[in-house]
Amino acid sequence: MSVSIQNIHKTFGSYQALDDVSLEVPNGSLTALLGPSGSGKTTLLRIIAGLEFPDPGAGRILFHGEDVAMTPAGQRGVGFVFQHYALFRHMNVAENIGFGLSVLPRKDRPSKKEIHERALDLLKLVKLEGLHHRKPSELSGGQRQRVALARALAIQPKVLLLDEPFGALDAQVRKDLRRWLRQFHDEIGLTTLFVTHDQEEALELADQVVVMRNARIEQSGPPQEIYDHPRTSFVYEFLGEVNKLADDRYVRPHEIELRFAAEEGVDLTGRVSHLFVAGPIARLSIVPEKGSKREIEVWAGRDQVDQMAISQGDVIGLRFPSSRRKPQAAEGLPES
Amino acid sequence: MTSRPVTTESAPVRWLLIGLAVTILSLFLLLPLAAVFIEGFRRGATVFFHALTEPAARSAIQLTLLAAAIAVPLNTIFGIAAAWLISKFRFKGRAFLISMIDLPFAVSPVIAGLVFVLLFGAKGWFGPWLMEHDIRIIFALPGIVLATVFVTFPFVARELIPLMESQGTDQEEAAVTLGAGGWQLFRRVTLPNIKWGLLYGVLLCNARAMGEFGAVSVVSGHIRGKTNTLPLHIEVLYNEYQFSAAFAAATLLALLALVTLGLKTLIEHLLGHTSNTRH
Amino acid sequence: MGKPRVIPGFGLSMGITIFWLSSIIIIPLAALFIKAAGLGLEEWWNILSSPRVLAAARLTFGASAAAALVSMVLGLLVAWVLVRYEFPGRRVLDAMVDLPFALPTAVAGITLTTIYAPTGWLGRYLAEIGIQGAYSPFGVFIALTFIGFPFVVRTVQPVMEDLGTELEEAAAVLGASRWTTFRRIIFPALTPALITGFTLAFARAIGEYGSVIFISGNLPMKTEILPLLIVSQLEQFRYEAAAVIAAGMLIVSFILLFLINLLQRRLAR
Repeated sequence: MSVSIQNIHKTFGSYQALDDVSLEVPNGSLTALLGPSGSGKTTLLRIIAGLEFPDPGAGRILFHGEDVAMTPAGQRGVGFVFQHYALFRHMNVAENIGFGLSVLPRKDRPSKKEIHERALDLLKLVKLEGLHHRKPSELSGGQRQRVALARALAIQPKVLLLDEPFGALDAQVRKDLRRWLRQFHDEIGLTTLFVTHDQEEALELADQVVVMRNARIEQSGPPQEIYDHPRTSFVYEFLGEVNKLADDRYVRPHEIELRFAAEEGVDLTGRVSHLFVAGPIARLSIVPEKGSKREIEVWAGRDQVDQMAISQGDVIGLRFPSSRRKPQAAEGLPES
Repeated sequence: MTSRPVTTESAPVRWLLIGLAVTILSLFLLLPLAAVFIEGFRRGATVFFHALTEPAARSAIQLTLLAAAIAVPLNTIFGIAAAWLISKFRFKGRAFLISMIDLPFAVSPVIAGLVFVLLFGAKGWFGPWLMEHDIRIIFALPGIVLATVFVTFPFVARELIPLMESQGTDQEEAAVTLGAGGWQLFRRVTLPNIKWGLLYGVLLCNARAMGEFGAVSVVSGHIRGKTNTLPLHIEVLYNEYQFSAAFAAATLLALLALVTLGLKTLIEHLLGHTSNTRH
Repeated sequence: MGKPRVIPGFGLSMGITIFWLSSIIIIPLAALFIKAAGLGLEEWWNILSSPRVLAAARLTFGASAAAALVSMVLGLLVAWVLVRYEFPGRRVLDAMVDLPFALPTAVAGITLTTIYAPTGWLGRYLAEIGIQGAYSPFGVFIALTFIGFPFVVRTVQPVMEDLGTELEEAAAVLGASRWTTFRRIIFPALTPALITGFTLAFARAIGEYGSVIFISGNLPMKTEILPLLIVSQLEQFRYEAAAVIAAGMLIVSFILLFLINLLQRRLAR
């Protein structure tokens, strides 16, 4: 089901959390809401879920063309996975998953046995067979996360919302679960939105990335497009490593070519202040010889560094891509 | 129509619950409090002040202050020592010790008085020996102090233990590595961290010590002008149908309670854990 | 001894604690049990099975349990309103909840009696509908509820504050109504705290003396509580009987508290 957000405003007291936000989420897509804390991304997610309500006015929230702005959370048909999972501590895993079915009006409610079986099916889907009798306190972080997901899916939601789904997990589990969620989404094809402040997570997982900042959407689009063609300096700096050159242009570390200092077509010469080799990649910090002394970060292949016999303290040349860009819009925005 | 958040009730339910709670609290707390003062002044200010200044009342007030002045410091020293022991060290029998400290909460004040009568009363274990040496404990100040100490035993320790547990031992260990001795350590590192909690505990201990009735009633002997504390004095007046005088004396203890509550609220405010709603 | 301790004062604080604890609490209580044990089993039975003691025990434990149960309901309601809602006077009422802790029991006793006596402030309205407030078992119940309900409020309140809104939001998104959420999510989360509050209120009520003896009327067999019975035995210099009743009372209340504790641990798992 598609979700359409139109001109939503939200203020908490005097604090503006969302300022005229509009967003289209196509049916079956996996969308990331990306931004620093306080950018409004979680508020937007909670408004879609019906946990917050937008300021009264022109704003609309459409689920498949139908306005749900006044529909209570429990009737919107959304699955919500909370940042800290919000599992019910006194219930076991199966009871947690079956909760949404057990609170249906009596006429729609499946029998206890059916609810239990449905819970077991969902446990299989999230690859946690056999843990149905455990209490949440007896599960690992990653397992809790999947139980929370199964619980959200039990009510057969039309939209799945995840608030910082991997925020509370350690690095390795995070990576595994991320891949698993991507596969999982491809299998069930449910319209999904998730909130994250981790740009790598957003770029790796999502079909559509929505970058938010100061209560507004800064840019949205497919991850490749956002990475390659950032529209504002904020997006440039928020997504991936970037060097800001003396002429206010941006260039990513991997786009810079290494040359010998005396070679033709060198844009800039500088001294290697730091050289770090990790596997096939070499990371260099270069201090320009002229003009701004701001260090420039360069990522190059290790073989090239070996071939050129570069070591710390050497003076080398850099060549920038001809297409190095100045962000198109919002130049005047203050850096936050 | 504005939608309400999912984590609160509709306005009618909300106001119904607030109404119920306010009614309960008013009938249960405010009404009795008001009653003390209204009954105390029922027969006018002259009767009121006379009730507070007649010799028996003055003697009762003095005895109450004296008993508290002895019992509270003793239990404060004990409370600090016990809290230090429980929160800074791990040892065998620690859990048992904690439940022993709490024990007086589960013992009727009357029993607290009784045990000292059994030990020091005329027919008690040490009664004959005490009589021989002309030492009076029961029906005298020492008995009143002992009974008061028993019932107020846990107050300071109970307040300090969780506070000191939560602060851990890092700062003390740091001070030890910097060469601080035991007393310096306590006075300069621990005490500044626990002073408000300590004050709060002392306050509660004092309120209970001055107001204790059951335990003191058993050991005092109700000798008017001699071993009657203020709560016992109130009982005597009440049983003699001198209601206005009884309530006049009661206003003093009610004021003590109000001051205690006021200071408690102030201390909680200073400690920064007021019970705020999240909305 | 084991490894040396880094922080000083172990011996000193242990010494003070053990000395004070033994001389004020443990030795006197032991004396009570030794005194009571001096009587044979038969004497014990005679004293404890006398109709007057049984009647007092029924009233003491019955009224305490009833008061603690009602305290649980009132305390839950009051804690909920104080934590969840903002209204004028909330802070003052919140501070006032501790009044029964701070108000000396004798003052509470004479005041509640004045209010609930058949001619009193509220007692007269109760009398009109045929309920006798003071000088009845109901009066005992009123005094014990007054003493007990702050315990429930103060144990439930912090748990309620820590509960956060996420669980309730989760339940709401899954389609649960507000009432269902309360019944199936909030209430179970508060249950351990409610039981703790019940236990504290119950334990305090069993031993309560000052606030009860004025309002109860102290009629033997009818409105006499166990602590009062102990006092009256003492006044007749029947030390042994007083010791036996006290020891029996302590044993029964310790067993009850132990059982409640056990129940709570099972629930907490």
